Amino acid sequence: MATKILIPTPLRSYTAKRDVVEAEGATVGELLANMTEQYTDLRKHLYTNEGTLRSFVNIYVNDDDIRYLEKEQTPVTSDDTVSIIPSVAGGRRS
Amino acid sequence: MALPKLVIRIAADDEIRRHGKEAYPNESCGALLGRGRVVTDAMPLPNTSEEGSRRRFRIRPVDYCAAERRASEMDAELLGFYHSHPDDLARPSQYDLDHAWPTFAYVILAVEGGESTALRSWRLREDRSAFDEEPVALEPADGVGEE
Repeated sequence: MATKILIPTPLRSYTAKRDVVEAEGATVGELLANMTEQYTDLRKHLYTNEGTLRSFVNIYVNDDDIRYLEKEQTPVTSDDTVSIIPSVAGGRRS
Repeated sequence: MALPKLVIRIAADDEIRRHGKEAYPNESCGALLGRGRVVTDAMPLPNTSEEGSRRRFRIRPVDYCAAERRASEMDAELLGFYHSHPDDLARPSQYDLDHAWPTFAYVILAVEGGESTALRSWRLREDRSAFDEEPVALEPADGVGEE
């Protein structure tokens, strides 16, 4: 069964303008892997070259940040909604 | 290839500059709302950086969601974000680059000694290697542009 993933504005140009996509997987990690197989250009904006989620990419399962659950091993079902929510950060030269 | 210009309504430019001066010597930050490449509204947001707000800014997920919601309520789009560089140039830092999202406009305001100076806009390259500058044009609410 597919799980819904909410896509934030800056990533919609990689999902054919869709703000919701569906992907398969039993965990958040599997779900994101399946999503980036469907929408390959998303990958570099979500993951570092080392394959870890970028620090400013927040993944929520329903209302909960996966950092406080089981991270990418957090289980998901078709009843859940997964959200990709940006942190926006920056600053002047040191 | 030169990027097309970003139009910023004068009221939004005023708000970005007001916020930058108010926050000085700390960094201000906020969302840019509008349609297409026209910024009609600047939405100040809290700087929640834990690394020192004199040289960093961070917009929390909850505030990011508030900006998306405001855009939706206005029947507009979230076009990007602004932040200030106190006593520094209006150019992106390596830290800005490392944390950038694609497709967004990143407007940077230089604030020198508490006075706002240059305001420039940048966009992340598709390969994430650098930012490219886009020209900015100011425009009053009723339309006629001025470079």
